[in-house]
Amino acid sequence: MMEEFKPVRSIFEIPRKERLAPGHRACAGCGPMIAIRQILLVSPEEPIVVNATGCVEVATSVYPQTAWIVPWAHVAFENSAAVASGVEAAMKSLKRRGGIDKERPVIVFAGDGGTFDIGLQALSGALERGHKMLYVCYDNEAYMNTGIQRSSATPYGAWTTTSPFGKVWPGKRERKKDIISIVASHGVPYTATASIYHWKDLMTKVRKALSYDGPTFLHVYAPCNRGWRFDPSLTVEVARRAVETRFFPLYEVEEGKYRITVPVPKPRPLEDFLSIQGRFRHLLRPEYREALETLKKMVDDRWTWLERMATATSKS
Amino acid sequence: MCPGLSHQGHRDGQRGGEGVVELGERLEYKKMLLTGDDAVAYAVKQSRVDLVAAYPITPQTVIVERIAEFAANGEFEGEFVPVESEHSAMSACVGGALTGARVFTATASQGLALMHEILYAAASMRLPMAMAVANRALNAPLNIHNDHSDIMGSRDSGWIILFSESPEEAYDRVIQAFKISESVDLPVAVNLDAFTLTHSAEIVRMLPDEVIARFVGRPPRRPTLLDERSKSFGLMALPDTYQYFKDDHYRSMEESPPSIRRVEEEYKGISGRSYEPIKKYALEDADVVMIMLGSYAGTARMAARRMRSEGHKVGVLSLGWYRPFPKREILDAVEDADTLVVMDRALSYGAPANPLMTDIITMLYEAGMRKRIINVAYGLGGGEFTEDDARTLLEYALKEGPRREFFFYYGGRE
Repeated sequence: MMEEFKPVRSIFEIPRKERLAPGHRACAGCGPMIAIRQILLVSPEEPIVVNATGCVEVATSVYPQTAWIVPWAHVAFENSAAVASGVEAAMKSLKRRGGIDKERPVIVFAGDGGTFDIGLQALSGALERGHKMLYVCYDNEAYMNTGIQRSSATPYGAWTTTSPFGKVWPGKRERKKDIISIVASHGVPYTATASIYHWKDLMTKVRKALSYDGPTFLHVYAPCNRGWRFDPSLTVEVARRAVETRFFPLYEVEEGKYRITVPVPKPRPLEDFLSIQGRFRHLLRPEYREALETLKKMVDDRWTWLERMATATSKS
Repeated sequence: MCPGLSHQGHRDGQRGGEGVVELGERLEYKKMLLTGDDAVAYAVKQSRVDLVAAYPITPQTVIVERIAEFAANGEFEGEFVPVESEHSAMSACVGGALTGARVFTATASQGLALMHEILYAAASMRLPMAMAVANRALNAPLNIHNDHSDIMGSRDSGWIILFSESPEEAYDRVIQAFKISESVDLPVAVNLDAFTLTHSAEIVRMLPDEVIARFVGRPPRRPTLLDERSKSFGLMALPDTYQYFKDDHYRSMEESPPSIRRVEEEYKGISGRSYEPIKKYALEDADVVMIMLGSYAGTARMAARRMRSEGHKVGVLSLGWYRPFPKREILDAVEDADTLVVMDRALSYGAPANPLMTDIITMLYEAGMRKRIINVAYGLGGGEFTEDDARTLLEYALKEGPRREFFFYYGGRE
């Protein structure tokens, strides 16, 4: 069941009440923090946040301080979807017994490691059981908290400390896992990608996701300047170019229907995205030309597939 | 007729028995023939639990099945969350407990091992909850039968650990567990031996729903995620503060005995059933005392009773509490004994001694008591232990022998 929701069209619609305090310990130019601030600002009600172990968690919660102006809990790395399941289910019982008046929205923040890899089972379980929660994966495409190790969200060809490029390896040798398809396969009502540059798109998706009575999922592209090797001033620009080169398409899967929410009719060359990041710059060297072509083909194929899915599911 | 017995409860050939017995004015109970697993499920239903998150594993399965049946028939008022693993079971319990709800899970063996990481979080976040552990051996080799390797592996997670010796004790201890955990802000694990308790039916004197509801009440208020003023839970503590949390947790465990005793006494008030940190059998003038955990203590008591009638001074001491360890009570009880037979159903490879033996020796050393001690590893992976086996060991201990000894006792085969 879906409630009414309003798309975000202007900055003046956004409440001024901050839910993430300034002064936390994240790096300058941290993409995930921008994403989380945007998401919390636009949540219609004060949510309960469950946070997986990771950069965001350690940067916001060093005892005796906290940056969270909303109720917040962290338990471990791989179990945030399960913790959120418990919070949600317990609220149902408390409400039935008259202990509370209403249930509050539950939002999970977990990185790509905590979602694509070690937390995938807990996520799948929670999705299948249908707990009402918005699960947000802030994707910075590697294990950044431990110092830039590859995850299954790391794209092909990217350098990390465990997928270095060398005489034989081009960087990461495997493609990025398609988490949206995995989530959508659970039959959840709403799942979408988003990016911090396209904030109206992101905020609209948050409102839409929270309007559903069931599990919803947001995959937010959140550049990490430390891990991707770019200047902290470029975080938002990197996020923008990821979309404008079709490297990270913005789309949603709503009730089984695919829709590209930010069309990119004339994509910029992929090099515009790669060249401003140290993790990809080797791909522009002649000896890695083959790897660059492979990556370009993956990007093209993915876009074509997405367009086909959008067309195929728009009828009916 | 109690509904749990009218359907699948009969699958294992159980029979429902019933009869209301009134004990004076206040005490009344219904006699039912229940397995340990069934008894635990009834205890959970009656304790007004808000959230059960559990994953099936032999031999705990029936607990989960029964609670699911209660939920399916509208008899369980809380939420039943059939999670996809034990790791998620404990994680969901932590999430539930953070809202102030009363939560429960049950597991065994591999399941407890899979939860291991989150057991520490639950305990050090000081979250009240109860868990039943259907004690089962750990792989490898794969074995579904009873020993205590599972709970010994989680011994140091900071949970209160209680043992039961019969289905009725499992029922009573689970009800007490909610109240204990909510009075000391520590989670409580109630152990019941695989099959010998989980799947063996005995008469359980079930107390009326309203009596249990009144006894457990609603969980007392504590800081939660639902508080008016937002709070953060599960923060990161750097080396300058981490130790304070651990110190606080450690002290809470040290200081928990009076609270546990109070709950046991209150429970006696509603049930007429007395619970204490240790169970003593024929210890007053015993030369040899067998020290045990779990259901085989009953077997040993049978042997001791017969040997007593033949004039042998033997007794049996079993532990109802394992953590906190009831040092004072054990010391008082064994002070005059010459020989202790410490029975371990778990191993600690390469250690100076096995788990229970380590505890007993440490305790005796601190008290300056020197005794002959025989440490026996027995009943591993469901290894049988009969009255004759208990007798064999007690007779052996009555004879002269070395001051310290350790051996495996295979039971039956020797």
